[in-house]
Amino acid sequence: MRSLRTLWYDTRIRAGVLQLVLAGLVVGTIWWLINNTITNLAARGMNVSFAFFSQAARFPISEHVLDYNPSDSFAWAFVIGLINTLLVSAVVIVLSTIAGFLLALARRSRHPLLTGAAKTYIEVIRNTPLVVHLLFWYLLLITALPNTRHAFQPLPHLFLSTRGVFLPAFTIEGQAGWWLLSALFAAALCVLATIIPAYRNRIARHAGPVGPFAVIAAAATLFFGAWLAEGLSLSPDLPELRGLNYRGGIQLTPEFSALILGLVVYKTAFIAEIFRGGLNAVGHGQWEAGRAIGLKDRDTLRLIILPQALRVIVPPMASQYLTAVKNTTVALAVGYPDLSGIVGTVINQSGRALEGFSVMIVIYLVISLSVAGFMNWYNGHVALKGGR
Amino acid sequence: MSAVISSSPIASGLRSSILPPPAKTPGIRGIFFGTLVSSFFTILGIAVILTLLPRVLDWAVFDAVWRVDNGMACREAGACWAFIAAKSRLILFGIYPLEEQWRPQIVITIFLVMALASLPPRLWGRRLVVAWAITFLVVIVLMGGGLFGLSAVPTSAWGGLPVTLLLASLSLVLAFPMSIALAVGRRSNLPIARYLSIGLIEIIRGTPLLSLLFVASILMPLFLPDGWSPDKLMRALVALTIFSAAYLAEVVRGGLQDVSDGQSEAARALGISWFTTMRKIVIPQALRKVIPPLTNTLIVMIKNTSLVFVVGLFDLLSSTRAALADPNWPSPFAEAYLFIGFIYFALCFSTSLYSAWLEKYLGTPFSR
Repeated sequence: MRSLRTLWYDTRIRAGVLQLVLAGLVVGTIWWLINNTITNLAARGMNVSFAFFSQAARFPISEHVLDYNPSDSFAWAFVIGLINTLLVSAVVIVLSTIAGFLLALARRSRHPLLTGAAKTYIEVIRNTPLVVHLLFWYLLLITALPNTRHAFQPLPHLFLSTRGVFLPAFTIEGQAGWWLLSALFAAALCVLATIIPAYRNRIARHAGPVGPFAVIAAAATLFFGAWLAEGLSLSPDLPELRGLNYRGGIQLTPEFSALILGLVVYKTAFIAEIFRGGLNAVGHGQWEAGRAIGLKDRDTLRLIILPQALRVIVPPMASQYLTAVKNTTVALAVGYPDLSGIVGTVINQSGRALEGFSVMIVIYLVISLSVAGFMNWYNGHVALKGGR
Repeated sequence: MSAVISSSPIASGLRSSILPPPAKTPGIRGIFFGTLVSSFFTILGIAVILTLLPRVLDWAVFDAVWRVDNGMACREAGACWAFIAAKSRLILFGIYPLEEQWRPQIVITIFLVMALASLPPRLWGRRLVVAWAITFLVVIVLMGGGLFGLSAVPTSAWGGLPVTLLLASLSLVLAFPMSIALAVGRRSNLPIARYLSIGLIEIIRGTPLLSLLFVASILMPLFLPDGWSPDKLMRALVALTIFSAAYLAEVVRGGLQDVSDGQSEAARALGISWFTTMRKIVIPQALRKVIPPLTNTLIVMIKNTSLVFVVGLFDLLSSTRAALADPNWPSPFAEAYLFIGFIYFALCFSTSLYSAWLEKYLGTPFSR
């Protein structure tokens, strides 16, 4: 018969006991927290229910892409907030990736003025908090810019004023707007397909070197075909000063502009460092080999260096994009209604803190996990086949 | 040149084939005006400097208002540095009682002295840990008072730089042991421990810090028994601690992955228990490897403390916003944000310089 002592020295049994204790501790803590919550809720005469989501929100939202008015439901307010968050994240990710790439090239150039400026920029930005940037740019936009009458006009039809940024827009007239939109979407997909290496190769294999262009041309034909067939007209909608404000075009509020500006200024520095790390990871011999076979520096970068650097760049870039999505929550500081800001208002209005927060956290988790999933998939495509 | 090298014809032949071709160094003119592109950037750079520099100098120095007590003098002028001078106490110490502000001053000094004392790796050890524990006690007693004849100051009146420093350092210190446990748990063979660690780390890393602070400030009273109502500082500290624990855990995990399996296998062969192996062999080696990234986490946390404005705490940023709300001054926000931006920059940049130095220093004598 085994004594208790030998039982304790059996690793499997010991592991089991340890895990049971651990699980017990965790379950106990969660049970304790839930129990407290139930007692507290009961003491305050409250309950947990998600029924309020269908009630009217009764608060205005200053900026929304889709239609919204205060008689819409709380659930719809959440959707509006989510769309705002996604919109800001997407714009910030695209702009700061482009700017970050250029900044990384500047940082690596041999020109002392360029490298010096890029280095200073990166160090200053990376060592100061995002909210300070954001508030600085926001206050600069709403106080230092001229008023609408004397708006600053860096390009024709582009106006910067204390009321925000005004851009020209194009409106689609005619019944076939959806056709046009889907053609546009198809074209975007084709462009995306030619950017992603695996698909580019597949297209190239089936359609030869002109493949990508043929696909884009087909999409363009579809686009213009729809245009001609349905008698669409595309008319420019230019911002124009009427009275005290501009009419027409796209108006970006100071809050939105400052949020985009602040986030892009901030993220660019981090993304530039990731690109720099990736470019540095490719051996110098690759540049020399490119030069030796007579490629221009630009082509060496595009054809030889970047494809190799991407393998190093993608994983840290994925986490940087995730941070970008989470960083949009600082919108609260300037009053732009992103998801977390709207959740705050919903909780104030309805008093349903527990429900509001749990939905918010689930949404952020879904966003995080899907961005992580997409980047993992993309990484699988650019990584060396066969594993490391 | 060949006369120096060639002692025998074979050697000279070898040498001449090994020697690199004469390097074509671009020279000053080549760098600035070598190609069309570089000339363009040179001219652009000079143009930008020539247009911006006079304006910035005019604003920051020549037209600036340095010493007035009244905000009206700042209208229609350059930078209003007088505002910083007049409001520096509010910015640095928040709404801490005026006659007691020597206490936060001492706190900042203690923090600086302790930070400097922790720099040389030679001094790292048990004594330093004890010293830091005493430091936190002293700081909290100094700020809060109520003992040794110091008047009590509630945490709601704490503010400015001491709150920023306290939140950043205390949250990291409290998170550190948690992060080691989470990292070890994530790499453990026990499925329950592993999945619990993964779940906790990923949920927290997937949630924005601002939302965590929100949740902590509003929901924590609901989660705890009736009598316990943690104040705002405590709630922010809990959120920051949990957040940094998840991030530190990933850093520590990187270190654990770098310790070769042979180390723990050797320990097992010697009959050393798992716990002792971890404590004495694996974790110390892992931590040594991740010291530079750990100091980078300090930078991240210093910057993150600026988010506590959502909880209603008066850290450096929030007290600056409070100072800017004074209607007697024409809201010189650029000067104020440049001022605190400089403080944050000084803290973070010196940390990152230290981190870079440390990486080099630890890289040489301790490397495998």
